[in-house]
Amino acid sequence: MTARVGVVTFPGSLDDRDALRAVKLAGAEPVALWHRDTDLHQVDAVVLPGGFSYGDYLRAGAISRFSPVMETIIEQAKAGMPVLGICNGFQVLTESHLLPGAMLRNNHLHFVCKDQKLRVENNTTAWTSDYAQGQEIMIPLKNMDGRFTADRRTIDELEAEGRVVFRYLDGNPNGSIDDIAGITNAAGNVVGLMPHPEHAVEPLIGTGGTDGTGFFTSIIKRLVNA
Amino acid sequence: MTLDTVKNATETPDVELPWAALGLKEDEYLKIREILGRRPTGAELAMYSVMWSEHCSYKSSKVHLRQFGEKAPQSDAMLVGIGENAGVVDVGQGYAVTFKIESHNHPSYVEPYQGAATGVGGIVRDIISMGARPVAVMDPLRFGAPDHPDTKRVLPGVVAGIGGYGNCLGLPNIGGEVVFDACYQGNPLVNALAVGVMKHEDIHLAKASGAGNKVVLYGARTGGDGIGGASILASETFEGGTPTKRPAVQVGDPFQEKLLIECTLEAFRAQLVVGIQDLGAAGLSCATSELASNGSGGMRCDLDDVPLRDATLTPEEILMSESQERMCAVVEPEKIDAFLAICEKWDVTATVIGEVTDGDRLEIFWHGEKIVDVDPRTVAHDGPVYERPYHRPSWQDALQADAPTAERLARPATGDELRAAVLQLVGSVNQADKSWITSQYDRFVLGNTVLAMPEDSGMIRVDESTNLGVAIATDGNGRYTKLDPYTGSQLALAEAYRNVAATGAKPLAVSDCLNFGSPEDPEVMWQFAEATRGLADGCLTLGTPVTGGNVSLYNQTGAEAIHPTPVVAVLGVIDDVTRRTPMAFAEEGQLVYLLGTTEDELGGSAWAQVAHDHLGGLPPKLDLDREKLLAEILIAASRDGMIDAAHDLSDGGLIQAAVESALKGGQGLRLIVPDGLDPFVFLFSESAGRAIVSVPRSEELRFTEMCGVRGLPATRIGVVDGDVVELQGQFTLPLAELREANTGVIEALLA
Repeated sequence: MTARVGVVTFPGSLDDRDALRAVKLAGAEPVALWHRDTDLHQVDAVVLPGGFSYGDYLRAGAISRFSPVMETIIEQAKAGMPVLGICNGFQVLTESHLLPGAMLRNNHLHFVCKDQKLRVENNTTAWTSDYAQGQEIMIPLKNMDGRFTADRRTIDELEAEGRVVFRYLDGNPNGSIDDIAGITNAAGNVVGLMPHPEHAVEPLIGTGGTDGTGFFTSIIKRLVNA
Repeated sequence: MTLDTVKNATETPDVELPWAALGLKEDEYLKIREILGRRPTGAELAMYSVMWSEHCSYKSSKVHLRQFGEKAPQSDAMLVGIGENAGVVDVGQGYAVTFKIESHNHPSYVEPYQGAATGVGGIVRDIISMGARPVAVMDPLRFGAPDHPDTKRVLPGVVAGIGGYGNCLGLPNIGGEVVFDACYQGNPLVNALAVGVMKHEDIHLAKASGAGNKVVLYGARTGGDGIGGASILASETFEGGTPTKRPAVQVGDPFQEKLLIECTLEAFRAQLVVGIQDLGAAGLSCATSELASNGSGGMRCDLDDVPLRDATLTPEEILMSESQERMCAVVEPEKIDAFLAICEKWDVTATVIGEVTDGDRLEIFWHGEKIVDVDPRTVAHDGPVYERPYHRPSWQDALQADAPTAERLARPATGDELRAAVLQLVGSVNQADKSWITSQYDRFVLGNTVLAMPEDSGMIRVDESTNLGVAIATDGNGRYTKLDPYTGSQLALAEAYRNVAATGAKPLAVSDCLNFGSPEDPEVMWQFAEATRGLADGCLTLGTPVTGGNVSLYNQTGAEAIHPTPVVAVLGVIDDVTRRTPMAFAEEGQLVYLLGTTEDELGGSAWAQVAHDHLGGLPPKLDLDREKLLAEILIAASRDGMIDAAHDLSDGGLIQAAVESALKGGQGLRLIVPDGLDPFVFLFSESAGRAIVSVPRSEELRFTEMCGVRGLPATRIGVVDGDVVELQGQFTLPLAELREANTGVIEALLA
């Protein structure tokens, strides 16, 4: 069987086609999902892509969280469906309370676009099983509001439960607490991160590496073996 | 307040209108009266004044721009030429590419963030109007003196505006330029380029044909922003002396523009559109008059149906508003529901505001009364044309005589002096690493970016299955053009052409943004005439037609004009992007070859500026046939795998290019001065028609034979090795020290 992985397009989503391409290159069937549509079209997993949904008005992700498609996604994610939120998608996940914390403006107050080194801190989630624990990967980072924050108790909880999935290496690009680049929920099916693995799936394009492919091969293995 | 209807205008021929305040000359106003056979209404006057402005009518530049058509080289690649929203070029495999460069200089000085942001928005809408999906943007920028306090205001605002708009729009920014010079202090140049891709059958033109077809205004609501002259009109004539102060700089909303892109392209795909026009300068005045004059019939519009942000706007203001993110489409009546449904899907406001008629008049109504009744061609195309006087500046000869000879400017002679000069050059603000700026732009989005800055050209994959791609570079050197406008504009063309070829792509076509001072100054006008003549001649020789572009005049403060700055964009095609040539020298042991001929040419050079703050003499000589040969060699070598890296030589000369390639690849270089060359000239001369390449040893014979047979001088000047840049017998510079000098310069400036 082939895994069906949906990618949601909100008004203002920008990396939706890139995510669809990454899903396809990894060998799954990409399915475009529309924000007004509550039906997920039998997908086995969902990617919330990067961009500026609703122009980041109010707060990044704050309006998308109320779109019809999110009602279904929130419900199914709670029931165990794998969901990956990339950048703006991560912001939507925190606004939806599928993941804790929030994103603030980068501490240097500028948009930043760069190749970013990360360490995989948890390779047991639905989206990271194809990486080695502690593996260092290079993934493009590009955002304005990427500074992950949460109260100390939440951070301690995330750290204690191994729910910090990625940490920035060689310098913190945005002021995130404890260099956190990505986190997961307690069940490990919902993962959010600021860097963009869908931009690191072809040797020719972007960073020139394929370190992002593991996200998509991880989910295929998980779904096909399930 | 009385509404100035056509009827009223006929009955009150003697009413004084504020034509002078709207920027019209007396003879222009009289010509409007003659065309109409009566005095214009306020709304008509507003339309003519803005459409006959320098910005919209090219009245000072037109007589010179004609050369781009008259001297256009024969090119099978041209699908749509000058005059449309943007030119279109055939790149093979059924694909067409459209690209254009425009200026947004004056708004960016007044309000850097919004000025630069809306510059991106405007050029992107030109690309959508042609039926293409925008795939990348680029921004050539010029700022004032690096240490001037106002540069600290303008630069961060411009960069944030370009990033804020382009990033939110989801278009990769893949290149451009950043140049500092005191001559741009009061007149920074913010040029914006966009490129789009479509299939041949998807090309759309701006025209309104077919009586009964509907005119749909869609996108943002119309507000009071961007009204320049019209607000004067409104206050002086219609509002009884209570002027409304409205911002003359438009305000951008990239989110709305992103929806506009998707909505427009979906409507094109569904074949719902007869003609389309974006609303840029002159807003609805421009869109209605251009659509109607390019079509077969007339047009009738009801301004009452225009969705407004501000209900108090007068009809003149509605016609003049330059509110961003608006488009105008002509749609057949039976397809109108489907068109409106697509707009609704994307949450885009769309309203039918009129229809195409079978007459030949453009008629506009307000509250049921006719306020405009004109032949649209007289508004859009019959503007004044000036033969402005021009003459060679009185100071030109003295400037050219002040050549940077060894006697005039002290040159470094010893190894230590050369070493210090290299460090000073690579650490100077114009030669320094620009990543503080470029890292604020998203270069990854859309997932097709093969090359982006600081590479010689930006490269985008067009087709994922065949690996067809396009490359674009923009270049301009105001210092060269000041010394000799004819050669200077050709050098800009040659550099962009060379940059495209250096990445392995074949140059096809040109778009230009001509930034100059006041056309009313005969000396500036001479610069303009010479530069356009040079560019047209250059394009003819290189076989790359000009497909369109933009002229920005009046870039001057008081009597001081900017350096004449033609910025030239060259677009090229590459059949297989996996064969592209990057700039990084990354493989130890590879041989470094210098292609081309080096002479003692330091006029207008970066060294003369950095070391002596000097501008004089002549710019480097140019041999366009040599440029063509060099390009052919670079493309063949890339296609056949004979070179692994290439970097064009331009400002800063060989050492600047060598240091950039070394730093990018993280590998050192051992260089040797070729026989017969002075070390200083070897390092710093800016002779045109040159590049450096890194050649695998296994390919050396094949490569040098090819150069020999074709007659291109190729000189082995060193090897990729170690972690220092060494000039044998002269100096050694560790990469770390070079990197230290070359980076952090812009940050330090703004701190």
